[in-house]
Amino acid sequence: MRIGIDVGGTNTDAVLMDGATVLGAVKTPTTSDVGEGIVRALQLLRTETRFDPARVTAVMIGTTHFTNAILERQRLMPTAAIRLCLPAAERLPPMVDWPEDLRQAVGAHTFLLHGGHEFDGRVISPLDEPEIRAVARRIADRGIRAVAITSIFSPVNPSFEEEAAAIMRSEIPEANITLSHTIGRIGLLERENAAILNACLGDLARRIVRAFREALSGMDISAPFYLSQNDGTLMSAEFAEAYPVLTIASGPTNSMRGAAFLSGAAREAVVVDIGGTTSDVGMLVSGFPREASAIVKIGGVRTNFRMPDVYSFGLGGGSIVQTDPLRIGPQSVGYELTTKALVFGGRTLTTTDVAVAAGLAEIGDRNAVAALDPQLVQSVLDEIHVRIAEAVDRMKISAAPLPVIAVGGGSILINESIEGASEIITPEHFAVANAIGAAIAQVGGETDRVFALEAMSRAAALDQAKAEATQKAVAAGAEPATVHIVDVEEVPLAYLPGNATRIRVKAVGDLLQT
Amino acid sequence: MRLLHPQNVEDIALGAAVLGTGGGGDPYLGKLMALQAMREHGPVPLLTLDEIGDDDLIVPSAAMGAPTVLIEKLPQGDEVLHAFRALEAYLGKPAKATMPIEAGGLNSTIPIMVAARLGLPLVDCDGMGRAFPEVQMVTHTLYGIGATPMAMADEKGNSVILNTINNRWAETFARSITVDMGATALIAVCSVTGRQLKEAAISGTTTLCETIGRTIRQAREDKRDVVEAVRQVVGGFRLFHGKVVDVQRRTETGFAKGEATLEGIAEDAGRRLVIHFQNEHLIAMVDGEMVASVPDLITALDSDSGEPVTTEGLRYGFRVVVLGIPCNEKWRTLAGLAIVGPRYFGYDIDYRPVENRFGL
Repeated sequence: MRIGIDVGGTNTDAVLMDGATVLGAVKTPTTSDVGEGIVRALQLLRTETRFDPARVTAVMIGTTHFTNAILERQRLMPTAAIRLCLPAAERLPPMVDWPEDLRQAVGAHTFLLHGGHEFDGRVISPLDEPEIRAVARRIADRGIRAVAITSIFSPVNPSFEEEAAAIMRSEIPEANITLSHTIGRIGLLERENAAILNACLGDLARRIVRAFREALSGMDISAPFYLSQNDGTLMSAEFAEAYPVLTIASGPTNSMRGAAFLSGAAREAVVVDIGGTTSDVGMLVSGFPREASAIVKIGGVRTNFRMPDVYSFGLGGGSIVQTDPLRIGPQSVGYELTTKALVFGGRTLTTTDVAVAAGLAEIGDRNAVAALDPQLVQSVLDEIHVRIAEAVDRMKISAAPLPVIAVGGGSILINESIEGASEIITPEHFAVANAIGAAIAQVGGETDRVFALEAMSRAAALDQAKAEATQKAVAAGAEPATVHIVDVEEVPLAYLPGNATRIRVKAVGDLLQT
Repeated sequence: MRLLHPQNVEDIALGAAVLGTGGGGDPYLGKLMALQAMREHGPVPLLTLDEIGDDDLIVPSAAMGAPTVLIEKLPQGDEVLHAFRALEAYLGKPAKATMPIEAGGLNSTIPIMVAARLGLPLVDCDGMGRAFPEVQMVTHTLYGIGATPMAMADEKGNSVILNTINNRWAETFARSITVDMGATALIAVCSVTGRQLKEAAISGTTTLCETIGRTIRQAREDKRDVVEAVRQVVGGFRLFHGKVVDVQRRTETGFAKGEATLEGIAEDAGRRLVIHFQNEHLIAMVDGEMVASVPDLITALDSDSGEPVTTEGLRYGFRVVVLGIPCNEKWRTLAGLAIVGPRYFGYDIDYRPVENRFGL
């Protein structure tokens, strides 16, 4: 049996699953104390299903804690940003384009040192060990323990980042070091940004992992636990302590993965996750969310690591409805739905009230909306369907109709067909799709680097990239026999001789059960 | 003369991506360096062509190489100044101003950084009116102005002066040296006198970039149709509204070549657009019929945000409006078409001005 937990901004959802069967599902409000909300959800789940903690084999947790810390500029460690680059890249130092408040929150400790590689593997300048030692001592003197190391073209050759880390560790054994090539792609500033964000989340990661661990052992669950990454795969607690930034945007990913699972084997579908305030729409390709290819900003900082391609707009079950002229959202009563909506004795007309009036849901007191003009109810529902249809069309790859899977508590708003949808699937347990997505997550590995196709055939390069991705998935805990390639992308690099091509491969497999 | 301030530079960078026609490199890095130089040295004077003296030496400054490498190996920051100084020393005469050689993409903003740091004005013109992939593809070539003597510099402190018999050779040698320098080099190229420049340059292109960028920014703020606002300001034509359904890429002779296929939506439903690209968009065909080609500009804008989409960013599912924008008249001559027309790029197609299809 597995337990999936999704810690969202408003609610914490938990599900108990045995293979593909959902044995129980609960929803509780998220608490400010990290462990408390999890404990409460687990207690509720236990009351509902009477599960035996000894029979739980794994717990998967998706959380918004790290995203929130960056957005709020809170709970971040002072971080030293070391770039191995000189003489290149001197005048655009680390954090050059960061919002000032976030730069201050991590302390603006930047160091430019010798190192780096050319695109073809030549050395820009050799590492300077005494220089690195001197910087390490300055970092130690300032009491800084988080370090992000970025070397030019480290995705092609990571050796300088690794050597610099070893030197750093010999001076500051307790240092929490992030190497950029383990997180990001080609694109120095964006990869460096992701590495710095990851490093500054180190303490929080350890605190959260500890809180999760204590919450689980307090419930007598001794099974290993995992955190959800934003590509729909899992990482171990130890890995999560080292790479917390990879959890960012795991929420929408879990919803989409849960939707894919609940609706059967739809390989390609659009998922509409309607929450209380916003809706997230994304495209499933081979059962995984399509990835955003462009630069993605996190807390105002440009990053280029993998993120799900999600379109969000202000429509949810708590959206406020204005009647003259008709306007739905983006304002929402949010978590106050149960006091402010008409059906709960409040005075604000919300989309949930409209759904109850139309007979789409039985929530609260139906008599409270009996007097609503049926024509108004119909025009609100029409408008909601038009807006969902627009969002669905925006995310689709072709004009061909695709199945639309509706999940999230607010999906009660959908009652008729949507233009461009071949069918609308509202699966059982739709309200906790995100926790289910966490529970069924797999383990993945990715490689992204430049190959010179002059020296090797394209097929050999692809094989090598696939082997590397597979190896990384196995190292992350996948059962070797189940690992398969889910994504291959090639980008020839302009102006380079030797037919240089960038190849990105992603492999995933089932979690190895021990 | 007017002064360029940081907000102007933000707008120029955004507009330059539209004139980049899918290539030219992301103006983001050049913008960051220009803004940083402005913080240290203050605003940059922008001169019209009329405001420069006939005997003034004007030295354009630029980056050359693979945009995908430049985003990883950032310039040290001073190499373009080294190239600039090396060329001045070789010519034995100080420059009175710098300018962009290429209005589209990254090279729109590099000279702003140079101007700020050297305390020189920038001239409001360029040699392409857009982005092109090779050194000789400048209007200077049409007027017999040499790309060389040309200076190239790397981040290590190396610099090279080239002297070639024509601008095609300048491209050949400079391309090899760029690869040796790590696939990016900073250059000072196509130096001219004010007299020559007034005849050869495409005037007002920095201001055009700025106007495009400001239009996009303001249309977004006002929640207006960004794509239509851009179309009006550039005097362009809507070629196609569609969604990218396939992108094929390959590397040939050091360039990223390929085709993007778009399926029509809305008014173009049922039709198909194929864009052929070589770093920049070269040819647009709708259902097998050519609707635009180089040297006219073919630019793809995100249909909602109006954000220009690069060839490397083109991917499945992107919804774009493709605009055709008439190029400068200098490119529409026989001499111009010989160096930047469809046949130069290997397409056996006659150039036809983009506006002809629209009855103009």
